[in-house]
Amino acid sequence: MAISSEMTPNGAMLKIEVSGRFDFSSHHDFRKTYEELDSKPESFLVDMKNATYLDSSALGMLLLLRDYAGGDESNIEITNCSPDIRKILTISNFEQLFAIN
Amino acid sequence: MLTVLVADDTSTDRMILESLVRQLGYITVPASNGLEAIAFYQQYQPDIVLMDVLMPEMDGLEAARSIKKLAGENFVPILFLTSLSDTESLVACLDAGGDDFIPKPYNKPILQAKINAFGRMRELQTTLLQQRDQIRLNNNTLLQEQAVAKKVFDNVAGKGCLDDPNIRFHLSSQAIFNGDVLVAAHRPNGNLMLLLGDFTGHGLPAAIGSMPLATAFYGMVSKGFSLQDILREINHKLKTLLPPGIFCCASLLEVDYQVQQVKVWNGGLPSGVLYRGVSGEVELLSSQSLPLGIMGNDRLNSQCRYFDISATDRIYLWTDGIHEARSFDGEMFGEARLLEVFRHGSDVKANQIFDRILEAVHEHVGSDVFDDDLSLVEISLASPPEPTDDQDVGARGDQGLIEWSMSFEIKPPTFLHFDPLPLLMTVISDVPGLRGKSAQVYTVLAELYSNALEHGLLQLDSSLKNDAEGFAEYYRLRKRRLEQLTEGFIRFTLAHSVNGDEGVLRLTLEDSGEGFDHHNKLRETGEKDFSGRGIALVTTLCASLTYEGNGNIVKAVFTWKD
Repeated sequence: MAISSEMTPNGAMLKIEVSGRFDFSSHHDFRKTYEELDSKPESFLVDMKNATYLDSSALGMLLLLRDYAGGDESNIEITNCSPDIRKILTISNFEQLFAIN
Repeated sequence: MLTVLVADDTSTDRMILESLVRQLGYITVPASNGLEAIAFYQQYQPDIVLMDVLMPEMDGLEAARSIKKLAGENFVPILFLTSLSDTESLVACLDAGGDDFIPKPYNKPILQAKINAFGRMRELQTTLLQQRDQIRLNNNTLLQEQAVAKKVFDNVAGKGCLDDPNIRFHLSSQAIFNGDVLVAAHRPNGNLMLLLGDFTGHGLPAAIGSMPLATAFYGMVSKGFSLQDILREINHKLKTLLPPGIFCCASLLEVDYQVQQVKVWNGGLPSGVLYRGVSGEVELLSSQSLPLGIMGNDRLNSQCRYFDISATDRIYLWTDGIHEARSFDGEMFGEARLLEVFRHGSDVKANQIFDRILEAVHEHVGSDVFDDDLSLVEISLASPPEPTDDQDVGARGDQGLIEWSMSFEIKPPTFLHFDPLPLLMTVISDVPGLRGKSAQVYTVLAELYSNALEHGLLQLDSSLKNDAEGFAEYYRLRKRRLEQLTEGFIRFTLAHSVNGDEGVLRLTLEDSGEGFDHHNKLRETGEKDFSGRGIALVTTLCASLTYEGNGNIVKAVFTWKD
């Protein structure tokens, strides 16, 4: 598990990269990426390129991010999902809450 | 402040050493031989021991062994004071439990630096032990609290009908509370309602969410609320009570044994299976909604899927624990292996599937390290369980509601979101003696009400309901017409009286619809055709059933005896 993040130079978008297993052990690191920002970015990109697995507490973390980013007004994209991860997101119908591609 | 035990049989050496130690600001305890060293160790519990090797009574090596033994898991550094320098002697010191040497004659800066260094180590180790004890204590407290929460939950959850012979289940034993919830109960009309849920996370947060879920479920099922009403109530409760990030993936189903149909809703659980006993085919009960507790009811897709069933069919539900069960090299069990169990239709008898699934997971994971985090439920759709009359039927007599009547009328838009039956059942359950017949009374009320609403007010054609597809279509039409309904009424009149040991409940339902030609229909085709299977059932339950007016008034007389 590893979480890294990077802000676009203009501060408009926060890119969060998840590697390995995305589960409860990433909880603290994942929240830290956005809770310690000086100002809230307009949008978020969660890159799953190197994520191998995602469990229900990870779904919970995505919901927390969504809540932080403004709930229904939030702008969060989840990208580069492997078929397994995509399936878990689909079972929970998370495409209703996030832009997934 | 550290206390240092100084054991040396030469008094001058001992005094020099004590003075060097005191210069560091530590307290000293002098001992002149090994026996004294042990005695003073027990008495003063020093932090560090400086020990001469050769002493009368008992030498330093033996004393060191005893002190280390007495210290147990506490780290008490023992530094040997020695003028010896041969390998064999030095090794013997370390073997006896010594941690380091201080060569004689003493070099003051080195001596003091070593004592300080071991003092720091000793403090570090003391802190570690304290923290470990604190963690152990906290963990025990946590486990005790979870056990209490589990007990309360079991009391809430255990009152259902999970011990019905047609329900088999396996719930995880991994943690005290792993977040999986299974509840089941019968509606007053005999239908089985069952919910399998999986809360995010483990332990207390999951346990806390399970309570309102189970109480809402049991409270509402027994009063006859519909599956959709129950879903919405649980979703609303969880959304209101739980913080964002905690939610419940769940599957809720209702088995209607009379109509031979099952109604399934799935939000976020892996696809369950409807196993066709005759053909061995499998239909997937896939998730079509967000899990419960994430969004408000306006965003909850409470649409269900309907399946016709026969007595040899079985339904299987599970949480993701089965899919995620890992083998020794980390490979997950997965859905493909799970569905494979069902494909061996000819090899595996239907009543062995449940065990085969568990065995397959065990084989995959390896039996010796099976930390089981899976929940599995099987519902066999064979036959409704024997109806059991309520245990707490009040003694018949002159207490409670005996002689009474009531009239209750509802109008649009109330039909759309309000089910009057639970309200009426609350009154019925206050009638001594009638409480035990509430399943029958509910059936009568429910059939007459849905006839009045669907055929009287909404003019729906029940022949649509002959197959599953039409069934869904029927309910789509019902919903649309209900939404468009702006006028009309349904009036319930209930009157109850007791004569000797016989009670009589008279139910009259009048609707504002056009009615139907009840004289002719009755003559021509018998009562079975004009309003479906329901009325046939009502007729068998009631002493009499008559239509009046244009067929828009129906009167049922329900009698009961002790």
